[in-house]
Amino acid sequence: MPDNPHAPEIPGFVETATLIRPRPEEGAKDRTMVLNMGPQHPSTHGVLRVVLEIDGETVVKCVPDIGYLHTGIEKTCEAKFWQQVVPLTDRIDYLCPMTNNLCYCLAGEKLLQIEIPERAQWMRVLLNELTRLNSHLVWLGTHAMDIGALTVFLYTFREREEILRIFEHVSGQRMMTSYFRIGGLALDPPRDFFSSVQALIKILPEKIDEYENLLTGNPIFINRLKGVGYLSAEDAVSLGVTGPPLRASGVDWDLRRDMPYTSYEKFQFEVPVSSDGDVWARYLVRLKEMRESVKICQQALDGMPSGPIKADAPHVVLPDREKMKTQMEALIYHFKIVTEGFQVPAGEVYQSVESPRGEMGYYAVSDGTAKPYRVHMRNPSFATLQALETMCMGRLIADVVAVIGSIDIVLGEIDR
Amino acid sequence: MTDALLTKDAVFEGLSGNIAIQALRAALPDAIVNGKFDRGELTLVISADHIRAACRTLQQAGYNFFEDVTCVDWYPVEPRFQVTYHILSHKLKERVRLHAMVGSIDPSIDSITPIWPAANFYEREVWDLFGVRFNGHPGLRRIMMPEEWEGHPLRKDYPVEGYR
Repeated sequence: MPDNPHAPEIPGFVETATLIRPRPEEGAKDRTMVLNMGPQHPSTHGVLRVVLEIDGETVVKCVPDIGYLHTGIEKTCEAKFWQQVVPLTDRIDYLCPMTNNLCYCLAGEKLLQIEIPERAQWMRVLLNELTRLNSHLVWLGTHAMDIGALTVFLYTFREREEILRIFEHVSGQRMMTSYFRIGGLALDPPRDFFSSVQALIKILPEKIDEYENLLTGNPIFINRLKGVGYLSAEDAVSLGVTGPPLRASGVDWDLRRDMPYTSYEKFQFEVPVSSDGDVWARYLVRLKEMRESVKICQQALDGMPSGPIKADAPHVVLPDREKMKTQMEALIYHFKIVTEGFQVPAGEVYQSVESPRGEMGYYAVSDGTAKPYRVHMRNPSFATLQALETMCMGRLIADVVAVIGSIDIVLGEIDR
Repeated sequence: MTDALLTKDAVFEGLSGNIAIQALRAALPDAIVNGKFDRGELTLVISADHIRAACRTLQQAGYNFFEDVTCVDWYPVEPRFQVTYHILSHKLKERVRLHAMVGSIDPSIDSITPIWPAANFYEREVWDLFGVRFNGHPGLRRIMMPEEWEGHPLRKDYPVEGYR
């Protein structure tokens, strides 16, 4: 292959194309072969391409190649008004749209320094935990399917459908909800919203028991998962792993408890931690997390305060329809916000939340205009993917599938 | 909400108990160029030559978890690129943000991948999208864009629709 004229002159630079051939200069033996896994592979959960160098069936080297889903969302954000970015954040991580909405809105609110009413905060907690359940249900179904337990997928998607129905009911959209706004919520929740959530979380614990009945005692499932993909606590911290994989490696860190946001400090819940550090531990941690999420939902339902759902900040929050028709100022504010956005004071903030996959962070920079100067997303899957090589080294190819499933990657979030 | 401290001296005085500032001032007296404490977040501007030493100092001071490296392009202001680091301490439950300013001619800065392997992908991303090189990075190549891509898309002088 001719040398790429665009390749930077950097010592140690290796083009991705050359990764698919064995490179003897790095000590690869003649008997190793290179296997290309993905980007079109059902167990890579999207368009992840992993280049594996294998000796027999043992993985010697494993290089993830990403970028197939890069859509330039960070660049697009710079051309939108602050409020118009919210729908883009859904599309980053399509399994937990509300978490992304929340993180972006919190960053915007921190820049604007506006206070959000209690009811909106509790609604955000409730919807976030439902999103976590939604995401974990998809993870459980697809992870078990990768391992070969096809039944669980049908069970988890049955409950996920109920959650999506609630999302559609509250926001008008099943997946790309865009329900949160800078300054509160888009709409008051519909009248029978709380009763439908109550009906769902009442049955969820026994449904989780049902999944556990299918998997936790299943000897095939246990053999495929136990001792696979070990990650020590030191490695997890130094490789930037967050969320359930970090807690499964024995690091007791959850942003909801340790750096609370949107009134999580008012909720009682446990943070499941395991010190085993393997795929099995991650499975158990996530299942316990689902049970804790149900508890948080119940507390949010029981203690849901009444009151407004939008902040008292007329220059940021769109006025009520009724006020718009009767008050001149409301009409003017509405016209101004819709046509020219609202100006955000110059500054920069970093806001992080605990997404189902780990630490989701938004770094937003404002230069004082109505459009963000820079929005950067710190995505949990992106960092966790770096640990893939450590977890797969010296294991079988079949274990790579189990490990990818256990870190619960979403490629939309990695590539943005 | 605490008041913003917008100058280096005000930050040194107002946050004299902060572990990150203490450690950096003790180990690298001329590393901190500027600082601010705004909206409850501490930002320290580190001179670009000292970034690796500063990160090592912070790691030893208990800021154990690397979160994020990114960049902001302040085109046409010089120095143009503001490389931004977010570093967290699990023990102190505190976060510190470091800035390092890099000029537009052959922009480069020391890589911190030897300190935190987690920075690997993030630095590749900054190289890919901003064109800031990281010296000492183990495999600096494009990560999002195809290898033969021309230009660095997140720069402010790169049109949103791309070059036609």
